[in-house]
Amino acid sequence: MTGCVEPERAWELLVQADHDGELDAAEAAAVVRHVEICPHCAGLQRQFSALSNRLRAEVPMHGASEVLRRRMTARFAAPRRRMGVIAGFGAGAAIAAGLLLTLLPAGADPAEGLVAAHVRALQPGHLIDVPSSDKHTVKPWFDGRLDFAPPVPDLVAAGFTLVGGRLDVIGARPVAVLVYRRGGHDIDVFVWPGEASAPGGTLRGYNLLAWNDHGMAVRAVSDIEPAALRGFMLAWQAVPEDAGQR
Amino acid sequence: MALPHLDAATRLARWMVRDPARAEDVVQEAMLRALTYFSGFRGDNPRAWLLQIVRTTALTRLGQDAGRREDVLEDRAFEALPSAEHNPEARLAGEQEHGLLHRAIAALPGELREILVLREFEDMSYREIAMVTGVPVGTVMSRLFRARRALMQAFGEQPA
Repeated sequence: MTGCVEPERAWELLVQADHDGELDAAEAAAVVRHVEICPHCAGLQRQFSALSNRLRAEVPMHGASEVLRRRMTARFAAPRRRMGVIAGFGAGAAIAAGLLLTLLPAGADPAEGLVAAHVRALQPGHLIDVPSSDKHTVKPWFDGRLDFAPPVPDLVAAGFTLVGGRLDVIGARPVAVLVYRRGGHDIDVFVWPGEASAPGGTLRGYNLLAWNDHGMAVRAVSDIEPAALRGFMLAWQAVPEDAGQR
Repeated sequence: MALPHLDAATRLARWMVRDPARAEDVVQEAMLRALTYFSGFRGDNPRAWLLQIVRTTALTRLGQDAGRREDVLEDRAFEALPSAEHNPEARLAGEQEHGLLHRAIAALPGELREILVLREFEDMSYREIAMVTGVPVGTVMSRLFRARRALMQAFGEQPA
């Protein structure tokens, strides 16, 4: 086996770099001149080329399985269109998950932010800050974390189990989120002082409903069917305000 | 909704841990880490950044499994790779060669294998590979050279 005619220079690595498109024009021209006089490096150049062709042609390129793609898409679902940035984490989730999102003005349609927050919360470990089915645990948890006290109605009689609560940020506003569950569906209920302006609807497969509750804006987001979500709203509104029910 | 780097992440994880199911675990964990660490991301190359996290995650996972025999993993990986097995003709024609190529790549030391697959299958530049693997560009070049040499020898094409 003969070696490179000019072993004191790293021609082999330069031939490789040329093969990989890493050289500028002058360097590439030097490689061309070298392989004309160096059989070793000329052979190497052909071998690089043959190897790359074989690898790319013959080794199957399997990407993510459909199962994984669906799972990741569901978990990190983020719209191509604008999504309200909900705080740093929301923006980061968008970047990191989609690695493709344009970030957007806070104060876009809050429905976008609510759905995004709901989807983000479906990631493991992010759904609930205070896991409890006891409103006497959940309600005090918000004390000192918010400057308002959200209602935490007991809706077990209507088939909706309280599973906990968390803090979230919508727009620049900290909000309380209560999480109820029915039949495997989570319902995120966002509560903040003010008036719910939008009537609700459907966004990217999630249903939204909005109502007012004694000075609080309440908005519920879930993948549960619309009729069930309306039932949830009616059950919420039916709970009397007095007698420690809220 | 597109997750444009999910395929690249999955391929890298597969070549690193050599087991499709575990590779998908690695990808999921890496995506969650990406969420957690996003604030450290200031670059302009999200693909390299994500693959860097995938690599770290895979290495961590491999370290946890250090007690397991690698050749066992390897056999499982190749059985599970959905190659030409549903096409008898392609299988007959390609079985031996595909097996050889796969095995030659899988048999490379990890630090050579990751660089080879990033270059040949993800078409990354030396600079990007250096970013993903955390080694200098010169090291990328020499490891890539060694990886290719080893493959050429495995194919029976002795270097000139």
